[in-house]
Amino acid sequence: MTLTAADVAEIMRVVETSTFDELSLEMDGVKLTLRRAGAGAGLVQSVTAQADSPSPAGAASRSGARAGQAARAVQTAVPAAASVSPDANVSDITSPMLGTFYRAPKPGSPPFVEVGSAVEADSVIAIIEVMKLMNTVRAGVRGVITEILPADETLVEFGDVLMRARRDA
Amino acid sequence: MGIRTILIANRGEIAARIIRTCRALDIQTVLAVSSADRDSEPARQADRVVCVGRARAADSYLNAPAIVHAAVATGADAIHPGYGFLSERAILPRLCEASGIVFIGPTEAQLGAIGDKLRARAEAAAAGIPVVPGGAVNSRAEAEVLAEKLAAPLLIKAVGGGGGRGLKRVERLKDLPELLDLAAAEAGAAFGDARIYLERYIERGRHVEVQILGDGEGRVIQLGERDCSVQRRYQKLIEETPAVGLSTALRDSLLQAAVRFAQRLGYRGAGTVEFIVDARRESFYFLEMNARIQVEHPVTEAVTGIDLIAEQIAIADGKGLRLRQAEVQAVGCAIECRVNAEDYRNDFKPSPGRVREMSWPRGPGIRVDSHVVQGSSIPPFYDSLLGKIIAVGPDRAGAMARLRGAVAATLIGGVKSNIGFHSAVLDDAEFQTGGVDTGFVERLFARRPELSDQSAAGAAHG
Repeated sequence: MTLTAADVAEIMRVVETSTFDELSLEMDGVKLTLRRAGAGAGLVQSVTAQADSPSPAGAASRSGARAGQAARAVQTAVPAAASVSPDANVSDITSPMLGTFYRAPKPGSPPFVEVGSAVEADSVIAIIEVMKLMNTVRAGVRGVITEILPADETLVEFGDVLMRARRDA
Repeated sequence: MGIRTILIANRGEIAARIIRTCRALDIQTVLAVSSADRDSEPARQADRVVCVGRARAADSYLNAPAIVHAAVATGADAIHPGYGFLSERAILPRLCEASGIVFIGPTEAQLGAIGDKLRARAEAAAAGIPVVPGGAVNSRAEAEVLAEKLAAPLLIKAVGGGGGRGLKRVERLKDLPELLDLAAAEAGAAFGDARIYLERYIERGRHVEVQILGDGEGRVIQLGERDCSVQRRYQKLIEETPAVGLSTALRDSLLQAAVRFAQRLGYRGAGTVEFIVDARRESFYFLEMNARIQVEHPVTEAVTGIDLIAEQIAIADGKGLRLRQAEVQAVGCAIECRVNAEDYRNDFKPSPGRVREMSWPRGPGIRVDSHVVQGSSIPPFYDSLLGKIIAVGPDRAGAMARLRGAVAATLIGGVKSNIGFHSAVLDDAEFQTGGVDTGFVERLFARRPELSDQSAAGAAHG
């Protein structure tokens, strides 16, 4: 038997809710290591699939973790090119602070980005206001916005996913 | 009027403690957490949790704008700051006022007067309360002149705050220049204020403090004293009430001095006035005031039956003092042990990590204030307090017997704890006699060298 993406997801859920920080599993040539990196915020940012032997699906080994941001790094190693997550190319853009989320520079202006907008790493995608102080939020990734999660002018917390972006290949 | 939702700007056992009273009062709670505390026990207990920043305290628990913003955005009416973190920083009441949020604590001006230790000394002197001989020094030359007059040993203290930071003991006057620089650097780093002052070191002094409540309009009551002389490097480890061996006259003068000091400021809320007491000479000196709830408040609650957090909330809510002085009656004796995740065999080094095993004691006269359960994580970013065990009894012997049983029944695995240290103190004849001075812990370790012997570490659990 081999591990399916659903199996991995289920194992991740079990580890998440357990008191353990690390899980190592070896079976039938499959080696799975799950590790959570302590005190970070947010959700699992990405899943990296790596082939033990050279595999045609090079895309699967692309790291999705953004440096310094990934709260819980998850590494899985599955034999074939089984895409563990269909969203391996999608990055979460998380909130760097607690505050009020604004999609536009001022009321009535067009939003910084919409779903489908192309962004560079330094593109401003939103403003977060903390006690009248406006802070710009940059994409941190080059790609296309696929999802915008919080409603305009609502409270976002540190680590909340603000948007998702499909990275340019 | 009417506080319905309180945002708690703190963590750990005091967050859990505040939630407990809020529940009893039918007040909703919003807990501001750092990313390291999302899965903490208080986060499970609060009605709502907001993550205000990353683990580092400067980004979260000290991030006043984010905390006040969170209070406004979640519809909280008031902020309870607990102890430590922002509890005595003037910025919190200032931002609260600007945002129409009630700050559960004193006014910004009172925090300013109390936070500046030199101003507090001057206020105490003006209220006719003895202060330790000493004073401000603005240069090395001034320091040398004053030090000569005070004579060694003496203390260098930070003007900007207490808690042992920026505090240095000078044993020989020739060490003064070096220690002055060190103290100023530490004070600057800890409080953003490098000013220091000198005080004579009172040998064989006892640390005795008085709990007060003020309505902000000049009415102040006292809820008795606490003896916190069991300290190591100015960190309290065991506290008890009443203080053993104070004469009625000395005790009354202490209580009255605390009330006079708070009245002079028109103090609002719960506060503690700290004194150094020389019981043999029947004398005492003002040390400082703490403008917040204290870690050791439960011993006062245990003998008076008064919920201090509930009184803080009532005062902040404009209900004033709900008790008259004559209604405050202390019955029996209470002692508290602070259980910390630290290795007392290895210079009390902090021992963060995951608590694999946790069994707190229960029983008549035993109270445990803690946020730690089996599986809890003790992050390395904050203090190492795991919880407090409080025992109350009809007299000191009764409280002590209960506490010894409770400490013996406490089981902690996965992190090192100071439970074994508490057992040793409770078994010690000098502590059992009572009335120890602040040199006690040092003497205990000298008497019992095996206490700091790491090879014997397996002997006691935790």
